[in-house]
Amino acid sequence: MMKEYAYFPGCSLEQIGLSYHQSSIETTKKLGVELKELEDWNCCGATTYFHVDELLAYALCARNLAMAEKDGLDLVAPCSACYKNSYFTNKYLKEDPDLAEHINYALEEDNLSFSGQIEVKHLIEVFVHDVGFDEIRNNVSKPLEGLRVAPYYGCQILRPKKDDEDVEQAEYFEELLSAIGAEPIPYPLKLKCCGGSLLISNRIAALSMVRNLLQNAEENGAAVIATACPMCQVNLECYQQQVNQEFGTRFSVPVVYFTQLMGLALGIPGKKLGIGKEIVAATPLAPYAT
Amino acid sequence: MVKPSFSDEIANLLHASHGNPLKTCIQCGTCSGTCPVVDYMDHTPRRIIGMIRANLKDEVLASNTFWYCASCYHCTVRCPAQIDIAETMYALKRYSIWKHVHQEGLVGPTFSETFVKTILRSGRSFEPILATSYLFSAGVRELIQEAVTGTKMMLKGRLPMLPPRIKRLDNFKRMVSRVIPLEAE
Repeated sequence: MMKEYAYFPGCSLEQIGLSYHQSSIETTKKLGVELKELEDWNCCGATTYFHVDELLAYALCARNLAMAEKDGLDLVAPCSACYKNSYFTNKYLKEDPDLAEHINYALEEDNLSFSGQIEVKHLIEVFVHDVGFDEIRNNVSKPLEGLRVAPYYGCQILRPKKDDEDVEQAEYFEELLSAIGAEPIPYPLKLKCCGGSLLISNRIAALSMVRNLLQNAEENGAAVIATACPMCQVNLECYQQQVNQEFGTRFSVPVVYFTQLMGLALGIPGKKLGIGKEIVAATPLAPYAT
Repeated sequence: MVKPSFSDEIANLLHASHGNPLKTCIQCGTCSGTCPVVDYMDHTPRRIIGMIRANLKDEVLASNTFWYCASCYHCTVRCPAQIDIAETMYALKRYSIWKHVHQEGLVGPTFSETFVKTILRSGRSFEPILATSYLFSAGVRELIQEAVTGTKMMLKGRLPMLPPRIKRLDNFKRMVSRVIPLEAE
């Protein structure tokens, strides 16, 4: 049976991370999963709503959750920030009826209500838990043999902690890469922050965090870095040149979405996966994109 | 009536947090050792917690520490006293915006307010507008670098030209005004 989810792409996937959107749609379709885009979704607020007003932040995330509930579908977010905000709003509203009542009073204005009927997942969790490695392996037609990939988790897929999962030694990204025939390399800084939320407010700190991640990937022989978040991708890729200017380094490491790698292994043409929109050309993928 | 101390005020802001209260901090410094931005902060996260508990309100509000928090939650997951430290940094940001008190020259407070206003106007975020909060504080070199990066992204079709907006914007704005009063446009 076709698995179906309410898909909340988030603002970044509309343009800056368009290739993530394209590759998410293509790979899920190939694996029998349908992502039904939430009609009229709004911004999750990234980190900044919470700087200004906590209730407002919950209300805005709850609007998306209530729309997914209306469709009777679990909510899937490909962006780690959207995921974290949606996940914890869902959790807190389920646990706190007073908070939910307050938020529902606001949601009435858009004829919506939150009743806590759905779950929130990150897109990578859909592949890892709901589709499963066996199913993915069975659908691989062009294994990415010999492609050395640094699995970059970043922060907000794993943190804050949700249940009793291991937040210090996650391995599922590596397993996913192995399932498509690629070679996940040891990447000691894989859980370290890329500084995405600081790019405007503390540029030099953000660039130095990017530098550390690029250097660690290069030292471990990565041909590409794989990410599961548009903020991480933009930070690591588009700001590479600024890192080089600032620190006198010469990094040139392609940074791609894990869905683009999956797509290639599933035999989907590179163009449909948004490959070619990179600023640091993804040349190591060329042999697999034919 | 007794006026609450600064330490109480921050503790009250954390009432909804799921971590332990700040007074359970054992000052071990795991947060400071974990923090990826600690080198750029006036005071380490461990020290800021100690300063809050000592009611050093002016010194805390004058520091850049919480504005430089990257929201990576690494300290939160490692705290042996299970204090939600990243959430504490959020609480300090809210307190600072609410009181209009922060260190001179920080971009963070302006950026946060611009971001939120953008979203409340259209329902979605729009990168080119967000960059305007940056223009006032950045140096010439940074601006040129940013323009070069922006141009490269635009050439690859990765920057939006027009601000997006949601369809049910009127409902959305009325919804927001049930939570916080909106300024007239």
